[in-house]
Amino acid sequence: MASATQHRIKKRALKTAHFLGLFLAMSLICIPGLWVVLNSFRPTIEIMAKPPVWMPQSLSLDHYRAMFGGAGEGGIPVMTYFRNSLIISITSTVIALLVGMAGGYAFARYSFKAKGMMFVALMASRAVPGVALSLPLFIIFGRTGIIDTHFGLILVYVAMNVPFTIWLIDGFFRQVPKELAEAAEIDGCTRWQAFWKVEFPVARSGIASAGIFAFLTSWNEYALASQLTRSTTSKTMPVGLLDFTSQFTLNWGGMCALAVLMIIPALLLTFVVQKHLIAGLTFGGVKG
Amino acid sequence: MAQVQLKNVVKKYGALGVVHGVNLDIAEGEFVVLVGPSGCGKSTTLRMVAGLEDITGGDIVIGDRVVNDLPPRERNLAMVFQNYALYPHMTVRENLGFSLKIAKKSQPEIDRAVDEAANILSLTPLLDRKPGALSGGQRQRVAMGRAIVRQPEVFLFDEPLSNLDAKLRTQMRVEIKKLHQRVGSTVIYVTHDQIEAMTLADRIVIMRDGHIVQVGTPLQVFENPVNTFVATFIGSPPMNLLDGTVQAGQVVLADGTTIPLPPGLHIADGRRVQFGVRADNIMPEGHALPPTAHMAFVDMAVTLTEPLGTETLLYATLAGTEIQAKMLNPRPVSPGETMRFGVALDKCHIFDADTGLNLRG
Repeated sequence: MASATQHRIKKRALKTAHFLGLFLAMSLICIPGLWVVLNSFRPTIEIMAKPPVWMPQSLSLDHYRAMFGGAGEGGIPVMTYFRNSLIISITSTVIALLVGMAGGYAFARYSFKAKGMMFVALMASRAVPGVALSLPLFIIFGRTGIIDTHFGLILVYVAMNVPFTIWLIDGFFRQVPKELAEAAEIDGCTRWQAFWKVEFPVARSGIASAGIFAFLTSWNEYALASQLTRSTTSKTMPVGLLDFTSQFTLNWGGMCALAVLMIIPALLLTFVVQKHLIAGLTFGGVKG
Repeated sequence: MAQVQLKNVVKKYGALGVVHGVNLDIAEGEFVVLVGPSGCGKSTTLRMVAGLEDITGGDIVIGDRVVNDLPPRERNLAMVFQNYALYPHMTVRENLGFSLKIAKKSQPEIDRAVDEAANILSLTPLLDRKPGALSGGQRQRVAMGRAIVRQPEVFLFDEPLSNLDAKLRTQMRVEIKKLHQRVGSTVIYVTHDQIEAMTLADRIVIMRDGHIVQVGTPLQVFENPVNTFVATFIGSPPMNLLDGTVQAGQVVLADGTTIPLPPGLHIADGRRVQFGVRADNIMPEGHALPPTAHMAFVDMAVTLTEPLGTETLLYATLAGTEIQAKMLNPRPVSPGETMRFGVALDKCHIFDADTGLNLRG
């Protein structure tokens, strides 16, 4: 009896410690984000206070109001930036997914010459830091006249995302047994129908997660966008953050407000697609 | 229903030949089992019939059409895969009706066909589940249901039972046989399990290294194996083979033991042979010896016994080779006990030691 009680206490203590550890880790991850959200509602004086004010004294929407206000009142073209970001991210994601699906499927299903080499080359291209390409890109884009356009940035993001989407989607198609497509072909499908009616739906969750990754990469990218865009016609939201810096001051409150606006769509998207992220669709069709 | 003909069918992957000129005629409504060890080309042959693999040479005829270059969907056949290959994102009902939907059949028509197939295979209560929520046996039945819904001319089975446990396998074996009796379609069935082959087949095709070794009814291949490969592959336990040399109408084994040649066989002295006898044809005296005039006797010490209920399998050593013998109406036998065994010579086989060919045939 005694040992059973002891065991129970020990188990409970372990569980508490476990939750405590998780809480601490999650806090570390979440606090910067929460701090940004909090600061977007606080007066600048409280943001800059030393020592920091942890509990907010007064909350207001002043930074948001100013941001959407006229140019003289600290306003910036938020909606234009938002639209630019949306157009560029969605277009580049769709293209990266299409290319990624075609490439990933080819890598997963077919054998062809230099397949291994090509795959390694694709992955190696990920090892080049994007910033290192900013000067060459700047020069080429400047000469070809696609600098400061949606098209230019879309091109860059597609190039950045394609190796990654190919790699991810290749992995997901590998998990789909090839017998599924064969069964579909015997059931009367063409090769194309077998892909769209069977293999694609089964790998859908993986393709969705590749899509999220590609979208977030484009949505959050700053380094290249800051070089390749300069006017409101093409600046994206991360670049827009710079509008809050001037020669002598930094408008932290405004920056945080814009950052919150940036986070919201990304969060929404993740929530919408998250049920696809939970794998499990591929299991059960074959022996298990 | 359709007949299937394979005419000198060859499959090569680059320089590597997998199937070397297979010829086979399968009659309408016949149940043919391709059997052989892994890598013998049986699955590749089946996949070529299905259209999932290109053929390198030869012709495949289904009905009266040469289908060499037709895609699978135009061959009017159905296939049950080893891993079932059910569509995991569809319910059982959608899985069963998929082919009809692709063929643009009307919904009432699809429903009728699906309900009928579900009825035959007792899948009705499972129709709205997804494959992930089914047991192995249920998935197997759905895979078969998907095949029969189409009413194909030919059924192809690729090791459909190898993922099931022993008990379920026996059950499904019976169901497949019943299904064949009911729908009467031509069936080509691939397995590496000789018991499945024996129990299901109208005709067995035994393959090795991309060649057909023997074709025949289960009893033909069991009773008249063309070589030692078939003799040891078909039948459980495998046929006992004893090395020896022919001397004056007798086989002289390594330790000098002599066994007369089976009746009607005349083999030149000095030829090295293998004497083949199944466990059913070598039995201890006093335990229902098979009635034959051609009986030879040998004494052997039993090393191990495997009681199976109605019979006991006895392991004994003869001329340095382990032999399995059957004891009907068994009594307890202790290891080390020497018993006198009767060998039914007319059921025995003599194989050439070099080529392995049956000298009787």
